[in-house]
Amino acid sequence: MIRDHFRILSVDLAAGRGVIENLQGRDTVAGGSGLAAMLFEKYGRPGQPWDDPEQPLIFAIGPLTGYFPLMSKTVCAFKSPYHDQYAESHGGGRSALSLRFADFDGLVIRGKAPTPSCLSIGSRHLDLKDVHYLWGMDLLKTGKMLRRMYKGSGHRSILRIGPAGENLSAMACINVDTYRHFGRLGCGAVMGAKNLKGIVIMGDGTFPLPEGKDYPRLFAEVHRKMTDTDMMEKYHNVGTPINMAVLNGIRALPIRNLQKTTDPAMEGISGETFARDTLLRNAACAGCPVGCIHIGFVRERFMEENRYLYRQVSYDHEPIFAAGAMLQVTDAFSVLSLLDAVEREGLDVMSAGVALAWATEALEKGVLSTRETLLPFQFGDAKAYIEAVHHLGAASNDFYRLLAQGTSRAAGHYGGGDFACVLGQEMAGYATGEVFFISQALGFRHSHLDAGGYSYDQKSKEPDVDGAVKFLVQDERARVLLTSMVSCLFARGVYGEEILSDCLRSVGYTNLAEGIGRVAGTIQKLRWRARLATGFDPCAVSIPQRFLEIETWKGKLDEAYLAALKTAYGAAILGIAGGEGESDH
Amino acid sequence: MKILTAPRMERCIGCHSCSLACARLVHKNLSWDTAGIRISSSGGLSTGFEARTCLACQPAPCASACPTGAYSQRKGGGVVVKKSLCIRCGECARACPVDAIYLDPASEPYVCIHCGRCVAFCPHDCLELREVGAESGAAGEVREGAS
Repeated sequence: MIRDHFRILSVDLAAGRGVIENLQGRDTVAGGSGLAAMLFEKYGRPGQPWDDPEQPLIFAIGPLTGYFPLMSKTVCAFKSPYHDQYAESHGGGRSALSLRFADFDGLVIRGKAPTPSCLSIGSRHLDLKDVHYLWGMDLLKTGKMLRRMYKGSGHRSILRIGPAGENLSAMACINVDTYRHFGRLGCGAVMGAKNLKGIVIMGDGTFPLPEGKDYPRLFAEVHRKMTDTDMMEKYHNVGTPINMAVLNGIRALPIRNLQKTTDPAMEGISGETFARDTLLRNAACAGCPVGCIHIGFVRERFMEENRYLYRQVSYDHEPIFAAGAMLQVTDAFSVLSLLDAVEREGLDVMSAGVALAWATEALEKGVLSTRETLLPFQFGDAKAYIEAVHHLGAASNDFYRLLAQGTSRAAGHYGGGDFACVLGQEMAGYATGEVFFISQALGFRHSHLDAGGYSYDQKSKEPDVDGAVKFLVQDERARVLLTSMVSCLFARGVYGEEILSDCLRSVGYTNLAEGIGRVAGTIQKLRWRARLATGFDPCAVSIPQRFLEIETWKGKLDEAYLAALKTAYGAAILGIAGGEGESDH
Repeated sequence: MKILTAPRMERCIGCHSCSLACARLVHKNLSWDTAGIRISSSGGLSTGFEARTCLACQPAPCASACPTGAYSQRKGGGVVVKKSLCIRCGECARACPVDAIYLDPASEPYVCIHCGRCVAFCPHDCLELREVGAESGAAGEVREGAS
């Protein structure tokens, strides 16, 4: 509902009760990323560890959620088990519209449930149910059980964790509606630490729309742009895996624990190969007519007689890079089988794949032995990796327990840090060069989505420290505005500042529409302030040796440029957090 | 006389654009529920989607069940709705054999009026407004330009 304040449901899991709070701040922090940072400032305990029961797990939507196409994402904010600092992870599915129709701008979950539990909320109910019988159950089976236990098929969102979250892995994700995830930085472990196996959000509210002609006219215009133009073609045709062949072609695809950046064998796991051989169908987040979700199938023979089972597995560029290229698994069906195993454990696929790539090289080099890894896995051995993924999710021994806390933690203990492909967290699927590496290593979410560093690398010709840092700061500011609305970042080509402002005005957020540039700056500052308050020091970030050894289409990596970028971007981040928070628009 | 049909639901991606359009354009609401067409998974997201919408029955059980004349038989199938006559008893929804009528706890029942305004919002051409008695125009065939 359109309102000038935020309506927040704050749940205390220990008591099994919640309160509704009306908070001011719509015109200054908008929603989504901005609201999450504001809520963390209110409820978070920066000096306490991430698993302190009182730390909040926050879900926030924005002022345009549900009102316009592709306003379909939710921001999850928490103190991360990965680095014990403030973090965000974003997810879609039906989570955003479910929260909208449950009539909450934000959900704050505090405390720890006395037994493994599932929280169910809607516009007319709040319920915490004991589900001890689901503890230990894999993530996909958990989803099926919760689906049966609660009513409302189609108009609800089911969030759940797998064994990795229960075992407090810093790589544990929260799965949303089977095919989407709050993937990175370990929010699944935050649910695990709270004894929270699942969250069911029922979207059962109805609101009147703004009167007048502006809103319907603008909706039609935005919808036409999202569906009639070629702008979205790359997302719904081959999808994000189109990047596999592109990056491989310019020697910028991280392969075999980043020992290589190109390999003809990548043809076997290109986006075109996945689409031709494995694509079963597409799916969409609620409120998005683009439908970028690609679901592949794997058929497995499980008996000598002609007895088969089949699995449906969603894929994207990042999962294919992590479970395919980094592990040298070059058969599309094998990659899907591995992704399915990662899904069942409830692991972040990017971190799991990159961590196992490091472990494979460490095993090759004798840094590790099978005493630690339990398996003699080698690059390309998908079957062994499927077993290893299970060990990682289950934290089967001390080695896997440590690896699940992050590749750097394991390398710190066993050695091999120089070939740990970590940029703040396990790297994303771009070896485009200096600007991307610094963007992920220092970026707020340590994500390829913080800013388009990979794109800058591909467009720029000469090293330009000031130009690159200016780009990263401004691109982050533009993206943080989108993630406060909360838009899918795939819509960034349509949702420029002017259209966002028109959209806000058409539904009645006039003040926010007029102050949109200033608000973007305020949110950017607020997020960084929360991050720094929980211990982030950009000066302390180091880039492992492996990144300095790569060669792309531009040739050898420029170490001096990388170092200069790191210093300048680190200073820029400190400047944002300490500055006035005004936009320079 | 035309009726709304959903002949190609195998193509559905679950974006809900149709039901959001119905709620927005016909009923002036932001809602998943107060719409004449509603989408749900047909047994979990791994099994695809189904549309809950009026099948244009003739005679319509909901019209027969309505005690106040708010629902009357529509020529060609389905019902004509006169909201001013509705006493919100819910008999129509209970009479519908395919659960196509949504009873809003705060207001009235919602049913498809076969206006077809949702059709244009489906990115995969799952829906079709067609003449009563006519065969589905493009069942199963790939339409050029559909994504």
